[in-house]
Amino acid sequence: MLRYFLKRLALFIPIIILVSFIVYGLMSLSGDPAQTIAGDDMTEEQIEMLREKMGLNAPFLIRYGRYIIKAMQGDFGEGLYGKNVWNEYISRLPYTIVLAVVSMILMVLLSVPLGIIAALKRNTWIDAIVSAIAVIGLSIPGFWLGIMLILWFALGYRLVPTGGATTWSSIILPALTAAAPNAALVCRTTRSTLLDALSADYLRTARAKGVDESTVVLRHALGNALIPIITIVGSQFSILIGGTVVVETVFSWPGVGNLIVTAVRGNDYNMVTGCVVLTTVLVALILLGVDMMYALVDPRIKAQYSRR
Amino acid sequence: MRYNKKSTASLKSTNVALQYRKQSRANMLWRQFKKNKGAVSGLVLIVVIILIAVASNFIWDYDTQITGMNSLERLLSPSLSHPFGTDHMGRDVLARVCYGARYSLLIGFSAVSISMIFGAIIGSIAGYYGGRVESIIMRIVELFLMIPAILLVIIFVSVFGTSLLNLIIGLGASTIPHFARNARASVMTVRGSEFVEAAKAVGASDLRIIFDHVLPNAFSPILVQATTRIASCIIDAAAFSFLGLGVPAPLPEWGAMLADARQFLRDHPNLTVAPGVAIMLTVFAVNLIGDGLRDALDPKLKK
Amino acid sequence: MRLLERCANDAISTNSERNTGFEGENVLEVKDLRIRYETEDAVVYAVNGVNLTLKRQCTLGLVGETGAGKTTTVLSLLRLVPSPPGVIASGEIIVNGRNVMQMSSRELQQMRGNEIAMIFQDPMTSLNPVMRVGDQIAESIRKHEKVSKKESLERAKETLLKVGITADRANDYPHQFSGGMKQRVVIAIALACNPTILIADEPTTALDVTIQAQVLEMMKALKDEYKTATIMITHDLGIVAETCDEVAVMYAGRIVERGTLREVFKETKHPYTEGLFNSLPDINDRKSELRPIKGQTPDPMKTYPGCVFVERCPYAVDACFEGYPDEVQFSDTHYAACKGYNDKSFHIMRGG
Repeated sequence: MLRYFLKRLALFIPIIILVSFIVYGLMSLSGDPAQTIAGDDMTEEQIEMLREKMGLNAPFLIRYGRYIIKAMQGDFGEGLYGKNVWNEYISRLPYTIVLAVVSMILMVLLSVPLGIIAALKRNTWIDAIVSAIAVIGLSIPGFWLGIMLILWFALGYRLVPTGGATTWSSIILPALTAAAPNAALVCRTTRSTLLDALSADYLRTARAKGVDESTVVLRHALGNALIPIITIVGSQFSILIGGTVVVETVFSWPGVGNLIVTAVRGNDYNMVTGCVVLTTVLVALILLGVDMMYALVDPRIKAQYSRR
Repeated sequence: MRYNKKSTASLKSTNVALQYRKQSRANMLWRQFKKNKGAVSGLVLIVVIILIAVASNFIWDYDTQITGMNSLERLLSPSLSHPFGTDHMGRDVLARVCYGARYSLLIGFSAVSISMIFGAIIGSIAGYYGGRVESIIMRIVELFLMIPAILLVIIFVSVFGTSLLNLIIGLGASTIPHFARNARASVMTVRGSEFVEAAKAVGASDLRIIFDHVLPNAFSPILVQATTRIASCIIDAAAFSFLGLGVPAPLPEWGAMLADARQFLRDHPNLTVAPGVAIMLTVFAVNLIGDGLRDALDPKLKK
Repeated sequence: MRLLERCANDAISTNSERNTGFEGENVLEVKDLRIRYETEDAVVYAVNGVNLTLKRQCTLGLVGETGAGKTTTVLSLLRLVPSPPGVIASGEIIVNGRNVMQMSSRELQQMRGNEIAMIFQDPMTSLNPVMRVGDQIAESIRKHEKVSKKESLERAKETLLKVGITADRANDYPHQFSGGMKQRVVIAIALACNPTILIADEPTTALDVTIQAQVLEMMKALKDEYKTATIMITHDLGIVAETCDEVAVMYAGRIVERGTLREVFKETKHPYTEGLFNSLPDINDRKSELRPIKGQTPDPMKTYPGCVFVERCPYAVDACFEGYPDEVQFSDTHYAACKGYNDKSFHIMRGG
């Protein structure tokens, strides 16, 4: 087990470096930062001096190298208006993480049980209703759902605030909005995975042993189905993080997504680069965690690494 | 499965030779698809939406009704002459919503077409040739997959500016890795099979093998994934426009309309209804078609 | 003399020493069993009036081509026929004196694995991939006997030893075993509670020839030790010759001939059985042409007024088209369903 963990961790660093390379490379295709800072006031020579000072005339790899080295020390430079990228990001990160975690929990609670029920009661009206809700859920644009929820519950019934992160109840609507589209997908996947497991041959063996039906379904079928379900749920996390970008904007939630959007709109390239790199690192960490969990749960992988 | 290769006491049954009717794959697919009522209604709905999108150009005048400004008629409630009311610039919401269909459809189909073609090519090459080529290609693909798709598009838009074209390219580019992975998996299952070896033994060139054998097999899962992707692209495009990073004003894209409507949420909530429902119906139709395709193509029909 | 004939002779002479033990009670009786599958497109008549008896400690070979209805028949003994499409239309199944058709689900669960156990064809998919092998055996033991978890695991390990697997492998997962060993595990699960009846549905078809021989040898030894009555389903007459005491030949959902090994092999009465033997290649005469049975197996979605085999039977007469033949009795144990024997002088070419 430890070997697997260490092996994955060892791969992690080069992956991060490569990914940040891609991000940095793409972002550097954008305009000239010196020009943006200078605005219309400076002359061409002054802008050129600014470029020298900022190290913009160095070859790409050197610039990247400098960036990475500074980044590893926590210095991602400054955005427009002198805001320190790292500080801004870190101060907002907890909000995004809280939102993501709560959404995740909501999503799992909503989708997995419904998916299981739909699979067990296949082709009955329960299944039809759950499947219909799932398809509709997949089709609703998240941000529109958010607006509708605000309309009904915040403005209409006045149960929760319309935005911001002011009280405990502020998180309900954003989390629901982020969870719903993903929940639909996980629900459908749960259903089909369980259906596959239910048609497996080893269930027949279990029944022939005299095992009662509920044990067959719960222990044997579900036991096998949970493994792919866990992986799907895990991979949804990274999509969720991406999705928070939209949700945070709708609800004015002071998280990282909001920061990125504002930065893009304001052409604050440094901020965008830093935020995207940091977010990608975060997502990579989470995916690593999911892999670990997968290895713990699936004995086929566990056995590979424990018998030595 | 291993068969007994005994030459002595082994009986094989005289199997009934099944005769398959010679139909083209497309025909068989269509017949199977037709059986699914949901899928057919999805198809009908999409056709209706396409017709509306096309017809809008002839029903309404672009400059005055869709993008012009009419201060006299601002923010009117729904009435006979304006079934969904007017927006803050005095434009008829119904007209804008109908016209806006073309953007969503255009973005959805073109972005996915781009990524499907590129992704399938990349993935097929990787899957077919294997070895170092495959490793390198797939490593790169996986790296791109680690970056959340939304962030990839954000990068693209932030570098190249917000416009309809950039949105299409950005969305397309961000989906290429998914298709590449899908194509590679399909190709790999086919690559090992015996009819490919047979073709090689007869002397078929690699390209011919790819076109005649590999691609038709890879086709089904890619087609199913394409419909799912079209659905998410339409939603994502609307989301980006909503954020101000997609289609620029004053184009009547549904997401952009929702962004405008949000400002007036308190007093004129009705403005948020029509564009949102439009997105939902379109995506719903695409999803229904996608489900129908998946069921029709799935050899082990889960009945 | 053909290789098969020699095997059969050996087997028969060995078995005849033990044959006396078979006047005992019947552990299994099947009377006029009819099963059909009702699917969306059509109704498939899988089993059309099957009669079987199985005596204590006896091994019955159930022979027939793919699609003859063998698996469906034995699944019904455990009431494991998949029930939305499958319908047991009529018939009685009596296991150890009790009517299976009238049992409640709890009684059925108690019976399965305990009194009557089954092993399936493909060992690759018969075992739960995420459960340890020892646990899978122990689960069966715990279900039927009041033992603690620890004890059941101990018993499981003992059972593993009996099938030739070392006890320390009880903690391994199925994917860590080869095909032959997986099948041994499946057999261990089946025999763990010492059932009266064991049903083996083509247990070695999916295995290599050499492994096949090993597994069959092991099964024979276990059969002697546990004293289980066995139904061995196979399409391989060689296996029948090696392992079975009695034989029932199945065709299109019916038993066309049944009897002791000797009777069916050496005094064959039914034209279909004769056709099976004739289609075996002769190892001594390499140049001869193969003689398959002409024609094809009948469509299971149709019912036939007359004998099911009539289209392919070289001895068919007009009477064969009208009404299914009654079973003709040739001895206490030997029956065949063929109208040819209405004519006293009739005989088929083989044996007789």
